[in-house]
This record gives sequence, C-alpha cells and structure tokens, in this order.
Amino acid sequence: MANGKVPEDRWYTAEHEWIASDGTVGITDHAQDALGDVVFLDLPEVGRHVERGTVFGVAESVKSVSDLFCPVTGTVAAVNDQVKERPELVNQDPYGEGWLVRLDTVDPIQSGPVLLDAAGYRALPD
Amino acid sequence: MPEESTASRWRTTPLTAWHEAAGARMGEFGGFWMPILYEGILEEHRRVRTDVGMFDVSHMAEFLVEGDGADALVDRLVTNWVSRLENGQALYTPMCREDGGTQDDLLVYRRGANRYLLVTNAGNRDDDRGWIESVALNMPDLIPVRDVSDEVALIAIQGPGAVAAVGSLTNEAVANIGYYHFREGVSVAGVPALVSRTGYTGEDGFELYVAAADAPALWAALAQHGVKPVGLGARDTLRLEARLPLYGHELNRDISPLEAALGSFVKWEKPGGFIGREALAAQKDVGTPRRLVGLEAMGGIPRAGCAVTRAGAAGEGVVTSGTHSPTLGVPIAMALVPRAWGIKVGESVAVEVRGRAVPAKVVKLPFYRRAS
Repeated sequence: MANGKVPEDRWYTAEHEWIASDGTVGITDHAQDALGDVVFLDLPEVGRHVERGTVFGVAESVKSVSDLFCPVTGTVAAVNDQVKERPELVNQDPYGEGWLVRLDTVDPIQSGPVLLDAAGYRALPD
Repeated sequence: MPEESTASRWRTTPLTAWHEAAGARMGEFGGFWMPILYEGILEEHRRVRTDVGMFDVSHMAEFLVEGDGADALVDRLVTNWVSRLENGQALYTPMCREDGGTQDDLLVYRRGANRYLLVTNAGNRDDDRGWIESVALNMPDLIPVRDVSDEVALIAIQGPGAVAAVGSLTNEAVANIGYYHFREGVSVAGVPALVSRTGYTGEDGFELYVAAADAPALWAALAQHGVKPVGLGARDTLRLEARLPLYGHELNRDISPLEAALGSFVKWEKPGGFIGREALAAQKDVGTPRRLVGLEAMGGIPRAGCAVTRAGAAGEGVVTSGTHSPTLGVPIAMALVPRAWGIKVGESVAVEVRGRAVPAKVVKLPFYRRAS
C-alpha cells in the first residue's frame, strides 16, 4: 500500500514516479517520504531521448540513492532548474514545485499495462 | 509488514519501544534495531549544531577491566597511553592487531588504579571480547574482563545547549567536568549516571552511562525538558563533518591508525610498547602506502566504496565515507588515496559515482570545527 497523497489527476508507475497529461514527471509523496530529505538530483539535459522503464536520473537523500524511471518513451522537453538548485522542493511539494522533467511523448498517458491510475497506485503492495 | 518481522532478528536497547512509538524510521546497525531518523536527518543535524539533541547509543559495547595488572593489560591492548590518565579521565584510542590493522577504536575510562571501563563498537562486541580475553590470558596477572554491555545503557546529549540541558536535571556542576573527563554516581533526573564530557558529533556535550533499567526514565526526563531525539543518520553526518572515524569505514582490520591519520593516538614512547607497535613503526619508517584525505565534490555525492582517481597518476583510492554535508551544503567525503600521489589541499581528483566521474578537490580536515 503506497502511503501519502495520491492526486487523481495523474498517472503512476510502480517505481513511484508520476506523470501528468502534459508529460510532466515527478516522484510521489510516498517516494519522497521514503527517501527522506532530498539533497541532490541528477536530471537529464533538455533534448535527451529517454526510454520507458529505463533510468533517466537519480534522486539522492542524505543516506540513500534512488533511481528515477521513465514512465514513457520520449524526449526531455524541459527540466526543472529550480528543483536542481533546491532539491528540498521534492519533499515539500512533490506534485507541484518539486516536478522534475517534462517529456514530449507519443506514448498514451493513460492507465494500462505500464501506468496506473490513482486507485491502482494506492493499491500497490509495498 | 517487513519492519515488524525484521525487528525480532536484531538486538534491541531499553529505548527501542520508545523510538518505535515515536514513529522513528528504524534500521539495523551493529546488530541492533536502531532509530535512523525521527523528523529528518537535516533537521536533526541542524539541531545538534545549533541547540541540543539526544541520542540512544545503547548499542555500544562496554567492558570492565579491573584488578591487579589492569593498567598493564589496557596499555598493552591500545595504542594510546592509558596508565598516564588521571582517575576520572578518559581517552580515545585505536586498538591494533600485531600486523597494525585495527581491531577496533574505543574510549577508555580510568575509574581508578587498575580499574577501567572500555567502550567499543556494537558490531565488534563479541570479537573484541575474544580478543581482549586472549590478550589478558598472556599477562602475568589474572585479570577478569567483564562484558557489561547488556546492563549498561548510553544516552548522548550533544550540542551547544547540552550543558544547560543536563545541568537542569542535576545538582552536580556538570559544566565543570572537563573535556574527556567524567564523574560517577551523579544523580541526573534521579538516575545514577556516569557523566562523561565526550561525544561523537564535533559539538560540546555529554555521554551518560546508566543502568539499562534506568534509561527510559532518564530519556523521558530529557524529553520533558524539551531535548529532542536524534537518530543514527544525523549522528553519521555530524561525525563525518567533524572527521571522526567510523569503524568499518575509516578503520578496519586492513587499515592502520596511521593510514587513517590517527597517529596522534599512537604513543611510541609508551613503556613496554603495545600490540602492533612493530608493524606500525615499520609503516611509519617508510610511510603508509595510503593516506586519508578530505574531499569536497561537485555534482554528485561520493559514497563509501566509490573509486577515486587522479589524472596522470597511477593507482586508485577509495571513498571510506561520503555524504551531503548539512552544515556546508555540499557533498563531502573521506577517502584513502595512494601516498605516492603526494596530493595536497586544493588539488583535484575524480570520484566514480555510478559510472560517472564526479570532480572533487582535496580539502582540509575536519570539514567542520565548532567555534570555541
């Protein structure tokens, strides 16, 4: 069971990323809580091609390191420079100011074999 | 749930139930089920640097070495000079094997002539007991070594507010206890304690040794006074900033105290010598093959085990501990690097972090020193 807030207006991966319908990607409330204080983010450059299910970046807390997985295949259209400067935004506002990247994708952003809706994500075993 | 089933596999302290009830994130350390964090490592770290925090470090192992010949035994065991201590004084020291590798690092409390309390690392408890007993067997006197780890709890109160916090719970003038000195039988919140002016954070503070059964009452009294708990996560970042070694990282059976830059705790002139002296003296003559340096990295956090390379230089080093420094706001690390590099403060190396070369520069140790 994934703890924390799970907004209805986006989709989720089993690895605790979220993606909104405009391709914005971040990590979930549950993920930020499990990581603890995020102190470093390694995010891709704009224009990089990324593949669904592969690692596109890394979030580090004081004690641990967590890979970030692509929810869809596409191209990095934007990177949140503010969150690179202030990684604590991931903890403070994981679904808002703590967004990580925006992806241009032709993959459908809807529930299916890869993406879960809020209810499906909440129902995940830990 | 994995947490509950895991807990039973590990040892607990008299305060484990309190930590769990407080919602601490728990994890295994040294064979114990310990609090890693309560609110967050950054906040807990900041609190110790600026105010005061308390740590349950009851996992630490305690041994009593008492009886005729104890002075000689402890001086034979450790590299620092113990019999020179006054009663009521403590010291930090490595304890070596014959080959100069480090068996453990510990605090030695001199409670009287031939009366010592040795405080070692939880993960080494059984191994230390075996080692100390084996050395004791070869001494002329029969000296009993008593493992009292299960009977003793240890609470550390650290930070600039530590004197006020402990002082408010006792009539004893704890502010007058000198650095690395201690008093026994002090009543703190009605609990008899050995009050030691020591710590592992780089701040002023105390470590209170009490009977295991008394620990919850003392902890509750401190909490009542507004002292907040700090987990092992912040304990690690605090000690790293202060460049205090952690056994299993900066020290182990393959790392000598000289390599770990702890030469000032090796007393060559101690009469009768100590175990490992010959091996260490040989290392000193030719220079240790590796030396410990401090690193500040840019664009990635070096972690223990990461390789360290230097452009145009042969060989590689290894990160022993690395983290994000909450005080400095940058990634910091300690690393063992080849002495042949001859590397100096300000010069550059690369740390391999997840397959990527992260640039780092050598900086002076410690990373943090409190204003005195």
